[in-house]
Amino acid sequence: MSLIDISGNLLFAAFIAYLVGTLLFGGAIKSSKPDGAVTRADKWGKLALIVTIIGFLAHIGYFITRWIYKGHAPVSNMFEFTTAFGMFIIAAFILIYYMYRLTALGLVALPVAILIIGYAAMFPNDVDPLVPSLQSYWLTIHVITAAMGQSILAISAVAGLLYLLKSINPKKKSKSRFWMEAVLYFGVLVVGFILATLIFKGFGYEADFTFIDTKDAEAKITYNMPAVFGMNDYTLLTDDVMEPLVEMPAVINAKKLTTVFWAFIFGTVIYLLVRLVARRRILDMLHPLVQKVNLNLLDEVGYRSVLIGFPVFTLGALVFAMIWAQEAWGRYWGWDPKEVWALITWLFYAAYLHLRLSKGWEGKKSAWLAVIGFAIILFNLIVVNLVIAGLHSYAA
Amino acid sequence: MDKKKKRSITRGVILVVLLAAIVYTVYTSATNDKVKVLQVGDKAPEFELVDLYESGLKHRLSDYEGKGIFLNFWGTWCEPCKKEMPAMSNQYAIYKDQGVEVLAINIAQTDFEVKKFIESLGVHFPVAIDGTKGVMTAYNVDLLPATILINPEGEVEKIITGEMNETQIASYMESIKPEQE
Amino acid sequence: MDKIICVCGHENPAGTKLCGKCGRPLTEEAKQSKIVDMKYDGAAIRSKTRNKSIVDKIWNFFSSVKVGIALIIINLIAASIGTIFPQEFYISVSTEEEKAIYYEKTYGSLGKLYYELGLSDIYSSWWFQVLVGMLAISIIVASIDRGIPLHRSLKNQRVKRHESFMKRQRVISEGPITEGDSAKTLSLVEEKLKKLKYKVRREGNALLAERGRFARYGPYINHVGLIIFLTAVMLRLVPGFYVDESMWVREGEMRAVPGMEGYFIENEEFILELHDNEATENQELQGVNVVAKNYQTNVKLYKQAEDAIPGKADNLELVKEYSIKVNHPLQHEGYSFYQMDFRLNEIKTMNFELTNKATGESLGAVSVDLTNPQDEYVIDDQTKVELLGYYPDFSGFENGEPQTATPTPNNPAFIFKMTTPENPEGEVSFVAIQQTIEPNGDNEYKMAFNSVETRNMSGLTVHKDSSIPWLALGGAIFMIGVAIGSYWNHRRLWVEQLEDGTIRLAAHTNKNWFGMKKDLDAVTEYAHLPKYIDQSDDEKDDEDEEKEKEGDSTL
Repeated sequence: MSLIDISGNLLFAAFIAYLVGTLLFGGAIKSSKPDGAVTRADKWGKLALIVTIIGFLAHIGYFITRWIYKGHAPVSNMFEFTTAFGMFIIAAFILIYYMYRLTALGLVALPVAILIIGYAAMFPNDVDPLVPSLQSYWLTIHVITAAMGQSILAISAVAGLLYLLKSINPKKKSKSRFWMEAVLYFGVLVVGFILATLIFKGFGYEADFTFIDTKDAEAKITYNMPAVFGMNDYTLLTDDVMEPLVEMPAVINAKKLTTVFWAFIFGTVIYLLVRLVARRRILDMLHPLVQKVNLNLLDEVGYRSVLIGFPVFTLGALVFAMIWAQEAWGRYWGWDPKEVWALITWLFYAAYLHLRLSKGWEGKKSAWLAVIGFAIILFNLIVVNLVIAGLHSYAA
Repeated sequence: MDKKKKRSITRGVILVVLLAAIVYTVYTSATNDKVKVLQVGDKAPEFELVDLYESGLKHRLSDYEGKGIFLNFWGTWCEPCKKEMPAMSNQYAIYKDQGVEVLAINIAQTDFEVKKFIESLGVHFPVAIDGTKGVMTAYNVDLLPATILINPEGEVEKIITGEMNETQIASYMESIKPEQE
Repeated sequence: MDKIICVCGHENPAGTKLCGKCGRPLTEEAKQSKIVDMKYDGAAIRSKTRNKSIVDKIWNFFSSVKVGIALIIINLIAASIGTIFPQEFYISVSTEEEKAIYYEKTYGSLGKLYYELGLSDIYSSWWFQVLVGMLAISIIVASIDRGIPLHRSLKNQRVKRHESFMKRQRVISEGPITEGDSAKTLSLVEEKLKKLKYKVRREGNALLAERGRFARYGPYINHVGLIIFLTAVMLRLVPGFYVDESMWVREGEMRAVPGMEGYFIENEEFILELHDNEATENQELQGVNVVAKNYQTNVKLYKQAEDAIPGKADNLELVKEYSIKVNHPLQHEGYSFYQMDFRLNEIKTMNFELTNKATGESLGAVSVDLTNPQDEYVIDDQTKVELLGYYPDFSGFENGEPQTATPTPNNPAFIFKMTTPENPEGEVSFVAIQQTIEPNGDNEYKMAFNSVETRNMSGLTVHKDSSIPWLALGGAIFMIGVAIGSYWNHRRLWVEQLEDGTIRLAAHTNKNWFGMKKDLDAVTEYAHLPKYIDQSDDEKDDEDEEKEKEGDSTL
C-alpha cells in the first residue's frame, strides 16, 4: 500500500475515533460526579480521552505520511488545510483538557472537529502539484502557525457554546434561546451539506453544461448535484437530468449556489425531522446533559483560550503572512480579501479582550462573542476561499 | 504654572502633534501620485540619446542650455503623432533661428521602422530612439503623443498630451524661445 | 478638583478609588461593593479627574475604552466593506471611465453604487485613513492616561493594607490557623511563596508576596509596538522611502529600471517548467490544464559607470547576475526585483522563402529579425528582397497605407519588393499572416512563410521600501508585549497576622484565577492557613442575573 493510501486510512481511523469519543464524552458528562477542575473525570471520561488521543495520533499520522509523500507540508489546498485545522482543534482541546480537566469540553470540541473534517472530505483530496508561489518554507511556517492560532481560538467558542448550552433556559422564550438554536441549526446544515454531497456522489450524478462566463467566453462546467440554478446563458449537454429552474448572471457561480441550496434543503429537512421526532428544540435535548458543568470554570477556559490563542494567531496569520508576502510579491499587505478578513478576525478578538478586561464583559456576553469570533474564522475559511476571488483564493 | 494647567498644555500639544500626523498622512497619500510625476516648474531631467542618423552625435539636455527645447515623444503606431509631425517640422524651420530646438524621441522601436516613418513623412527635425525607455520613464511619459516644453532656464514650462495643431505648436515654440537681446 | 485625604493621612489625587497607602476604599461605590475594582490598583485614571477645557474633553473622549472598542469595531466593519466586490487595484482596467463601466457591467447597479461611493478604492480613501488615525490616537491617549498612574501605584504600593481593602478582594480568608505554632506562620508562608518564585516583603505582621509584576506592562508595550508599526506605514509616504514600479522585459532586451536611476535589467532567458501530472480534480474544477512548476527570469543587472543619465546606455558595468523566481527576488542596495508575470511566444524572427509561385522552387531564404529589420536582404547579385515597410501589429489600410496599432509584433505585416532574375525591376507584395496582397497585379514570385522564432517576456516588479525595518521593529515589540500580557500574570498575596494569631489573607491576580488558586492551595496547605473563599462564585450561576462589572467609562 502506498504512503498516500496509508495516509487516507489513518485519517479515516481518526474520524471514527472522534465519533466514538463523542459518545463516550456524552456518557462521561451524564455521570453523577460534579465536573470541575479538581475532580478527575470518571471511567467514561478517561476512556473518552484515551480514544480521542488515539484518534489524534492517527490524525498526526495522516498528516506526516502525506507530508512525506508530497515533500512539503500538506496545507496547500482546501481539503488539506481544513483537515489540518480539525487536527489542531483536537490538539488544542487535549492541551486545554490537561490544564483544566474539563471533560465537558470534549462533548462540543469533538463534534466540531468531526464536522470540520467531514466538510473537508467533500473537497477533492488529490495530491495537487505545487505552484511556484507556494514553494517556500514560509508555506509551512505561516499556514501551520495560523491554523494553530485559529484552533486555540476555536476552543473559546467551544467553551462558549457549552456555557450557553447550560445557562440558556430552554423553557423561557428569549433572544438567546433563538440564536442558540440557530447556531445548532447551522451545525445541522453542515451535516446536510455532507449528506447531500455524499448521496449525489453515491448515485454518480453528473450533468454537463456549457455557458458564457464573465469574460464573454464559452466555458464548460459539470454539476455533481441536480441543477436548480443555471449558469449564465447555459446549454445543457447531458440527457435525462434536471433542467435548471432559474438562470443566474455571469458573476454568480450557479453551481456553488446550487450546492448551497441542496445543503439547505437536506439540512433543514433533517432539522425538522429531529424537531418532529423529539418534539423539542435541539437546545432542549442538550441542555440537561450539561447541567453539571461549572460555569465559572468554563468562562475562564473560554477567556484563557483567547488569551493563549491571540498571540499565536497574530504571529501566524499576520506577522508570518506579511513576511512571506513581502518575499513573494514584494508587498507585505495588499488588502486582498483573505488578508482583510484575517485583520477583521484579529480586530474582533482584540475587541473581545478589551471588552472583557476593561468593560467587565464576562459570562454569557463573553460566550456569545467567542461564538461570533469563530463564525468570522469560518467565514474566512469558507466564503473568502470559495466565493470571493483573490490572490489567496483556493477557488478559481 | 500649576500642575493642572501644565497637564492641559501637555495634552494639547500631544493632540495637536497627532492631528498633524494624520493630516500629513491623508494629504501626502492623496497627492502622492502627483508628487512622483514630472510637473510644470520642475527642473527637466538630464538625458543623453544617440541621433538616429549620425551615430557619433549625442543629444544631451545640457547641450541645449540657453535654448528652448520642444521634446516630443512618439511612436509609429500613434496616429495623432503622425498628424502633428508635418506641422512640427514647419514650425521648427521658423523657430530654429530663434533659439528653439526640437527633438523627437521614439519609444524603443526598430531603426528600420523609425527611419521609414520619418522618410515617408518627409519631415526635418532631429530624431532619436529611446532604446531602454529610460528617458520615457524619467519624464513620466505614459500616453502618446506627449510633448514637454523646456524653457531656456532648463525648467519644464508645459506638458502637453494629445495631438497639437500647427497654431498651437507655433504658440508653444514662441513661449519657450529665449529672450532676444 | 480637590485631592482626597484618607483617614490614614495619605493624600490621594481626585478620583482615586483605593487609598494609595493603606488601600481603604475612598469612593462611595468602592465602599459599597463586595469586590473592588482592581484594574488599575485603585488609582485614579487621569481622564476622570478633570473635565474643564475643550482640550480635556477631546482627551477624555479618546481616553475612553468604550470609544476605543467602538473604533475597533468601526474599522473592522469598514475593512469588510472593501471585500464585497473586488477593489480597483485588482481589476485589470486602468482609466476612470473603464472602471466605472466595469463595475456596472459586472455587478449591476449595486456595483455602480459601490464604485460611485468610492467603496471600490476604500483603503486609500481619506476617511478610512482618518479612522485608522483615530484608532491610533485612542491607543496613545488611553495608554498614557492609564499607564502612568498604574506604574506609579505599582511602584509605591505598601505591604500593609487596611482591613477594608483586604475584605473586598475577590479571594479572601480569615480565621485561625489549622494546626501548629502561629508564631511561625508568616515565616512558613514566606518560605513557601519564595519557593513558588514570589518576591516577599514583610512589614511587622504584614506580608506582601508578589510575582510577575512586569506582566502588567504587557498591554502598554504592545500598544507602543502598534504605534511604531503604524508610524512606519506612514513613513512610506515620505519621498524616497518607497518605490513600486513594474516593467516588462523581453528575452534579449535591456530596459532601464523605472524608479532606480542608472540601472538596467537585461533579460537573458525566461524559463517556464510545468508539472507533467495528470490533471487532478482540483485542477479540473478550476479549469487549469497544466500547473506551473517553476518560472524564472535569468537577468543581468547593469549600472551606469559614472554619471547616470536617462537614455545613456553605453559604458555599463555588470553588477549582478541572478535568476529571479517567485519567493526569490533579486536584491540590490535596498531595491528588490520580483518575478510577477510572464507572456509567452511573442514572434521574434520570421523566416520566408522567396518562392516561384508556379514551380514552387525557392531562390533562397530570408530571415527577418523583427528587432532589427534590414532595408534589404541580398541572396545573390541578381536576387534580393527589399523591405519597404514593416508593420508589427497590422490593423488595416488607411488611404492605401498599412497601419499598425501597437509596436508589439502581434500581427506582423511586410511590404516586400522582390528582385529576381526574371523580374529585375522588382515585384511588390504585401504579406501579412494569412493574407497576401499584390498591388501591381499578379506576381511571379511570392514570399512564402516558412517558420517563426519566438521569445518570451517577463513581468517584473521593482520595490524599495525603507520603512520595512521599522515595521519589523513595531511588529516585534507588539509580539513581545502581547506575549508578556497574555502568557504571564501578576499575582499578589497579602497576609496579615492579627493580635490573637488569626490570619487575614487576600489574593489578587489580573488573569488566570485558576492558576492563582493552585498557588493558594499550596501555601494554605504548607502553612496551615484557613480555607479561602472566592467571593465571585455565587454570582455566575443564574443566567439572567448577570451584572456588567463596572468599567471605567468616562462617557
